[in-house]
Amino acid sequence: MRYAILLMGAPYSQQASHSALRFAHALVARGHRLEAIFFYHDGVQNAARLAAPPQDEPHLVDAWADLSREHGVALQVCIAAALRRGLLDEREAARHGKEGSSLEAPFELTGLGQLIDLGSRCDRLVTFGP
Amino acid sequence: MHDHDENSPRDLLVILRHGPHGSSWLREGLDAALVAAAFGQSVSLLFMGEGAAALVPGQQPGPLGQKGTAATLEMLEMYDIETLLVEEQALSPLGLAADDLMLEVEVVSTGALSGVLSAHRLVLTF
Repeated sequence: MRYAILLMGAPYSQQASHSALRFAHALVARGHRLEAIFFYHDGVQNAARLAAPPQDEPHLVDAWADLSREHGVALQVCIAAALRRGLLDEREAARHGKEGSSLEAPFELTGLGQLIDLGSRCDRLVTFGP
Repeated sequence: MHDHDENSPRDLLVILRHGPHGSSWLREGLDAALVAAAFGQSVSLLFMGEGAAALVPGQQPGPLGQKGTAATLEMLEMYDIETLLVEEQALSPLGLAADDLMLEVEVVSTGALSGVLSAHRLVLTF
């Protein structure tokens, strides 16, 4: 089946991100197609380039990026939710006159329309939130 | 907007479970509903629990600088979001009756909730 995940929990504050990551790996291990993770609400913090968790904790930002590169999973971040919370790619940083960008690649800023599109074309859209 | 057979499932149900102040859940949930409607999907809203507080009339943005959601709720009709539901159990704890609310909403009993869920292809909960 074709799956997508909607993640709305902040990393490390709640279980949601860790559970979503495990669910994502379980999906691809079972042979399902995971189209995308859509990061919304506080879930956008999962895309923070400057996150530097202690070495004995899972590095969620890197884990999402690895998942994307290994299995072709798109990492889509709601632009409105991201900008409010200090996450900008280079283009948005330039547009808003900020020094440096804070969004890790291959996360990409996109709109809520992408979430609706995922909901339309995937067999399942599974939400993880606090 | 496309026509829908009475028996075919509607596209999207957005469940709103948070009050209009104190967090951005309600506003971000409404944003998702508006975008879906703008994309031509048939969207229903279900206010549950504290989410019913969004329907209290006369709300102002308030001193905390949060924008509030009353103005957004008033735009729903313009987006063709006409199916507005409220969980029956949500009203009395908040001291509300259906007639008090700022919009015309259909009261749904707890027993009827599963039918509402299954009548929609996609459910997003905020």
